[in-house]
Amino acid sequence: MSAYEFQPPFARKPLAARTPAAPGFAPVRAVSRRDFLKAGSVLVVGVSLFGCSPGQAPGAAADPAAEAEPPGPWTPDVYVTVAADGTVRIISHRCEMGQGVKTSLPSVVADEMEADWSRVVVEQATGDKKYGDQSTGGSLSIISFYQRMREAGASVRAMLEQAAAQQWGVAVAECRADNHRVVHDPSGRSADFAELVATAATLAVPAVDSLQLKTPDRFRYIGKELQSVDLPDIVQGRAQYGADVVLPGMKYAAIARPPVVLGKVKSYNAERALAVPGVEQVVELPAVEPPVMFKALGGVAVIANNSWAALKARDLLAIEWDDGPNADYDSETFKQQLLETVRQPGEAVRDEGDFDAAAATAAQVLEAEYYAPHLNHMMMEPPAAVANVTADACEIWAPTQDPQSLIPMAAAVTGLPEEKIRVNMTLCGGAFGRKGKGDYVDEAVHLSKAVGAPVKVQWSREDEVRHGYYHTVSAQHFAAALDAEGRVTGWRHRLAYPTIFSIFNPDANSPQTLELGLGALTLPYALDSIRLEKGVAPAKVRIGWLRSVCAIFQGFAINGFTDEIAHARGKDPVDNLLELIGPDRAIDLAAFGMDPTEGHPFETGRLRGVIELAAEKAGWGRAVPAGHGLGIAAQYSFDTYAASVVEVAVAEDGTWSVPRVVMTVDCGQVVNLDRAVTQQEGAAVMGLGFARYGRITAKDGRIQQGNFNDARVVRYGQQPQTEVHFVQNNLPPSGIGEPGVPPFAPALVNAIFAATGKRLRELPIGNRIG
Amino acid sequence: MITLNVNGETRQYDGDGDMPLLWYLRDLLGLTGTKYSCGKGLCGACTVHLNGEAVRSCVVTMTAAEGAEVTTIEGLSVNGDHPLQIAWAKHDVPQCGYCQPGQIMQAASLLAANPKPSAEQIADAMRGNICRCGTYQRIEQAITSVAGGDA
Repeated sequence: MSAYEFQPPFARKPLAARTPAAPGFAPVRAVSRRDFLKAGSVLVVGVSLFGCSPGQAPGAAADPAAEAEPPGPWTPDVYVTVAADGTVRIISHRCEMGQGVKTSLPSVVADEMEADWSRVVVEQATGDKKYGDQSTGGSLSIISFYQRMREAGASVRAMLEQAAAQQWGVAVAECRADNHRVVHDPSGRSADFAELVATAATLAVPAVDSLQLKTPDRFRYIGKELQSVDLPDIVQGRAQYGADVVLPGMKYAAIARPPVVLGKVKSYNAERALAVPGVEQVVELPAVEPPVMFKALGGVAVIANNSWAALKARDLLAIEWDDGPNADYDSETFKQQLLETVRQPGEAVRDEGDFDAAAATAAQVLEAEYYAPHLNHMMMEPPAAVANVTADACEIWAPTQDPQSLIPMAAAVTGLPEEKIRVNMTLCGGAFGRKGKGDYVDEAVHLSKAVGAPVKVQWSREDEVRHGYYHTVSAQHFAAALDAEGRVTGWRHRLAYPTIFSIFNPDANSPQTLELGLGALTLPYALDSIRLEKGVAPAKVRIGWLRSVCAIFQGFAINGFTDEIAHARGKDPVDNLLELIGPDRAIDLAAFGMDPTEGHPFETGRLRGVIELAAEKAGWGRAVPAGHGLGIAAQYSFDTYAASVVEVAVAEDGTWSVPRVVMTVDCGQVVNLDRAVTQQEGAAVMGLGFARYGRITAKDGRIQQGNFNDARVVRYGQQPQTEVHFVQNNLPPSGIGEPGVPPFAPALVNAIFAATGKRLRELPIGNRIG
Repeated sequence: MITLNVNGETRQYDGDGDMPLLWYLRDLLGLTGTKYSCGKGLCGACTVHLNGEAVRSCVVTMTAAEGAEVTTIEGLSVNGDHPLQIAWAKHDVPQCGYCQPGQIMQAASLLAANPKPSAEQIADAMRGNICRCGTYQRIEQAITSVAGGDA
């Protein structure tokens, strides 16, 4: 994969273009029991070397008679295997990072095939093209694979019904699957799936267009609440994350990375590091060359027989750095540059009507500047990865959102062919986009190759805060033209921020369509004139996508300025918002150069729906205690519609809290209701954290924060009482992991204005207002 | 030689006394349920019980753990049936799950000392345990349910 071919996950095309490389179904074949167990071995990746592993199906692997036991497990679909005893194994091929996909997508298969969930085993896939796209981001898992999973389940169900009909000599139309059995109503006969596997395995896979999908009223799991398949392991400390993988003979590595991106090692002294008990080697990594992509940053690694020795010795390397071209990065200076940029005309990327004419004839032109700093992911599990490079193979264990991207990367480092690279996906201890960038895996592969043993790379918290991929820093300038009647006749939005695409193309220096499309290009206001202009901004750190990506700051500024317009017009903010959105209609995304998701038009009526629902549930317009205020914001992102009404409480000394937030979402058919709710609860906490604390800054090219003390996040006791409401419908489902985040911060600043009359246009707010 | 008891078993350690208990548990004993996240006692992911009290194992040295009785998430209950583990499941608390062993150990220590904590006492006890997925509302519900509250 070249730098320029790569598309970040939020930019990928869903549906048709994202279905597996070999669409349709794998040919029917009976896999051997050994194959079946091999597939199961990824459940206990810690001791797996290409398959053989203890820990699952106790005793079975050791039983040679089992090899010949008929009938074998049946794999009618790349995602589904049915064992002779009727146990259904469903592959979860996406990355589980807390969003619940490892439960949700398999539950869709199970629902359509009428499997009893208690007899379903979910297996985490390895990175493999045969599963189709595995790059988990952009809230795309459900949107991309819901239909495919339904078809997989319906196909297996059809074959089981056909098998029953054949065994009983009755018409298949009279047979129906029902909770792990097939029932023949006329005779009252029924059979467990286990009794049908052997016959089903002889049948042809039905054509997709012949499948009968269930009607929503018959859904067994879809739209209901299902507990996470990993929950029992999680609460007992048995769930396996990247850093939990242990291999025999494994070494532990800690790396001192260049403090400035593209910096290089000038010199170092390994003597003191090597003197630390447990330290075995010191290895210099190659310096990274642009484009930085997901490549190891370089630096010097300490290899030890435990994590502590490696971390301790790493600080004793006495490294002298050549800081390189980014040493001038200073967040204070850069902020002023960005603000200067958006005060000037930029390149118009959307231009409807004549804003200049509207402004020239306006009774009032409102102007405002917004600023939001870098953020980083701060997921609880810092990057960690294990690699085992041998002469003829390379096996990787990592918490990764994009396992397939690691294959060419490891092939390039090791010189091995891609089919000799195996990528095992552990759970992610939080990811939020960070773990779609496999620089930590690249490091582990480099080091395992260098030392000739399995190596675990463990990033410290400071490593991640100082060497991460940062959510971009942005400035935005707005102007709105209001006529004598207070009607909004023109809207101009100028923005500038370093682009994510700079990690793939060092020359990319302005926002790209995919970034602008997260709220700015897609502004759904029915106005006579709208202009969006973008400015130039170089990237001096690695810019990366973070949960909700540009919808965070674009949504913040647009919703904040919209609220300013409401107050300038003397209008209620909800009425103003609905008026600006205007009549129900579909927004033509293709007109903005965007690639609309098939089956998911942007319909303003659905945006209106979440706004009205949020206002209703929050009791918009009600009297609030002194110092309290309500604020509203709404954002369409990732094909989902979300609104928040935040209630803020501001004390006389300016300290503040959020006692309550109402979040509404229209994501079409909800797949796993409980997880969809928790994603919004989490979005509220994360949105609050970004608004209150989120700020990463650089000086002399170095990140100034290091740990949770100065890169702060929301703690227990600060969480709002969060109420989540979904618009009920059976429209095609869209994502729920990201869309809840963007409305929170603007709803908060709008609430603060309502409470105090103070307009906040810059994040973070901090602990005190004013 | 440092002697300590981990989950009911006596253990001996003769390495670097500065090694944090966290890395001893994870790397030397293979008890990976205790998680690393900050290394500075700032987030609570590595919380274990030291003589019954919740501590951050990333800042407790092996020297300081001499003679201690240590309980990790693996030793909290025999079958995952501690009332908090059951409540965590009932309220479907975890999202990614990484911080949850630390959250549960922290809450277990609180309830062992104070079976009926007030909301404020729960907040005081849990403030040091960060969850980036934002499960605090459910943590509150789960602890309150075990403490005999309404949730």
